[in-house]
Amino acid sequence: MIPLRILLLGLAAVPGATAKVAPGMARIPAGAYAYPISVAPGAPTLHVPAFELDVRPVTNADFLEFVRARPEWSRSRVVRLYADPGYLGDWTADFEPGPEAPADAPVVNVSWFAARAYAAWRGKRLPTIAEWERAALAGFAEARGADEPAYREATLAWYAASLPTPLPAAGRGRPNFYGVRDLVDLVWEWVEDFNSAEVAGGVTCGGTGEGVRDFTDYPAFMRSAFRSSLRASYTLPNLGFRCARSLPSSS
Amino acid sequence: MHKRRFLIALSAAALLGAAGCSRPLPPHAYTADEAAALPVEYALLTPPPTVPGAIRRDHPAHVIVDLEVRELVRQLADGVTYTYWTFGGTVPGLFIRVREGDYVEVRLHNHPSSKMPHNIDLHAVSGPGGGAAASFTAPGHTSTFAFTAMNPGLYVYHCATAPVPMHVGNGMYGLILVEPKGGLPPVDHEYYLMQGEVYTAGRYGEPGLQAFDPEKAADERPPYVVFNGSVGAVSGDGALQARTGERVRIFFGDGGPNLTSSFHVIGQIFSTVYPEAGMGPVEHNVQTTTVPPGGATIVELTTRVPGNFAIVDHALSRAFGKGALGLLAVSGPAMEGVFSGKLSDAPYSGGLFEGYHENVAPAPLAAADDLPPGAPLTKAIQLKRGQRVFNASCIACHQANGKGLPGVYPPLAGSDFLRERGVRSAVIPIKGLSGAITVNGKTYNNLMPPQPYSDAQIADVLTFVMNSWGNDWGRVLPDDVKQARAGLN
Repeated sequence: MIPLRILLLGLAAVPGATAKVAPGMARIPAGAYAYPISVAPGAPTLHVPAFELDVRPVTNADFLEFVRARPEWSRSRVVRLYADPGYLGDWTADFEPGPEAPADAPVVNVSWFAARAYAAWRGKRLPTIAEWERAALAGFAEARGADEPAYREATLAWYAASLPTPLPAAGRGRPNFYGVRDLVDLVWEWVEDFNSAEVAGGVTCGGTGEGVRDFTDYPAFMRSAFRSSLRASYTLPNLGFRCARSLPSSS
Repeated sequence: MHKRRFLIALSAAALLGAAGCSRPLPPHAYTADEAAALPVEYALLTPPPTVPGAIRRDHPAHVIVDLEVRELVRQLADGVTYTYWTFGGTVPGLFIRVREGDYVEVRLHNHPSSKMPHNIDLHAVSGPGGGAAASFTAPGHTSTFAFTAMNPGLYVYHCATAPVPMHVGNGMYGLILVEPKGGLPPVDHEYYLMQGEVYTAGRYGEPGLQAFDPEKAADERPPYVVFNGSVGAVSGDGALQARTGERVRIFFGDGGPNLTSSFHVIGQIFSTVYPEAGMGPVEHNVQTTTVPPGGATIVELTTRVPGNFAIVDHALSRAFGKGALGLLAVSGPAMEGVFSGKLSDAPYSGGLFEGYHENVAPAPLAAADDLPPGAPLTKAIQLKRGQRVFNASCIACHQANGKGLPGVYPPLAGSDFLRERGVRSAVIPIKGLSGAITVNGKTYNNLMPPQPYSDAQIADVLTFVMNSWGNDWGRVLPDDVKQARAGLN
């Protein structure tokens, strides 16, 4: 009796678990999301429709396939406007990631333009801030990670740790409640609307914090601050990405 | 953060001529053309506890400040490490010294290994965010902005990237001195000290790499309060050094992010304090000076006696148990007569003040109901207990002899006012008395507050008053007071 009950609860607790999810992706159910920082006090809570998110960040091996198919995105041919000079700087050559960029490690040193082009080539897109943050709100065991000390500690530990070289493999982190891995403990990730006004406001640039919803959600602050420091051509040794997909309108 | 383990990031000083000396100073700040005409110089930045030498220029310059942000794991206490976020690899950040009227170009370099974006808010800047938005910098990038150092003084600088308490708590603060045009008076030593809190997940002393704790930061409950970044940074090899007969100046800042410092050097008196590090009138002979988070002070002292002088936040739980303890080590011969040291140690068996405490000190106030159960309340007991109440409260105004003070506090001894009222006087201590009254033909107009005593205690003290200094007006019993109190309600 007990195992059956757990199974049923599990089905009920993971919306969409019975529907078909794209390979390598996890379904994040529809729900509400409120930016921790908002320029306009009292800005409304967003409704985020259900979507699918890559279970792990894009790896060097994944990205190698892309640059082979689209050589205009290789290191030597990329248009400077779309990527600063550090683009794929840890790779050995145009089509050779090399020892500093292991095949299964997340690809980093890629610009927002490149990440976007990759996603489109895969028939996907970058997640929005609201989508990414909704996925990261979940803890390891619960839909609300804020209530889970282990999840919070893991998140804060990553912010305090130095970046290992080379980076560890993607997809090995502990899955969160939705089955998504490496969200808060591997690399920073590009999002579609990283330069949104919602995150570029006063708080992150020395303001007093007007419009802040939750002063205790430090990881969300750090992500907001980090995103607002970027420009679309920037490439950083700790910044990668993963792809998302909208559900067909029928679901 | 032990200074000897740090890379010392010094920019080479390069003074390129002094072409600007004869040119009159602009009234406020510089136009682009004027700034371009200034001689260019790279600021010499120094790690704590050192301070760059006094500026000898007698003219303004275009000073370039190259500051690199590094996120580094360093020792916080014995066996405890922490990931510090730093301006220049040290906590506090490198000391910046410029001259009033300098055109200061700040180049903030965020190292590519940084996890976080960072920026700098210099309190010496007149401009939005003190330069915070202008210097907001992603990892692996450099931001540049410039300002004119118009106001002399000692100023805190800090990171202002969200979440700000975390960036500051992780060590992102330092000091910039805008030296007045005429310079500061010469001294023998200048030192650089800053206080800051560290919000570790573990308790004080819990070993290993400690994570930042957002809840402790939000609640302002730091396990560590330290000088110069770590426990013991300013003692042992790191102690501030001086010889006797020298003048020592300390540039002291409070990085916070939250706690105000009560800065004190045990066994020294600050001969001069520049209050809040401003360049207005100075204070002399100061024991402890208050330094708010995001604020600074300049203190000077003269060493006269050799020894170790503890530097503390005189909110002492921070000094003894959280780390806010440093040392000024003074060597050399003592100035004669300033301090004897211990002259002798002899046995003492008591008796020097025999009788003193019984006669002088007020007797402890007895509990209201210290009669054994069932014992009768005698007048003698009331007088004894009433005297205790009188000595604890009434004596301050009405005096031990019951005569009060002429024109201020009315007499109780021989008071027609009290004699006529008898037990009805109980309402006076219960609810107090204000407004003009006449006692023995003299007017008194003062305020007596209500007295927080029990019915029994008020009965006792009134009995004492009505039977002292020649008064003989009978007793007041607890029931009388109870009735008086009931009559008021």
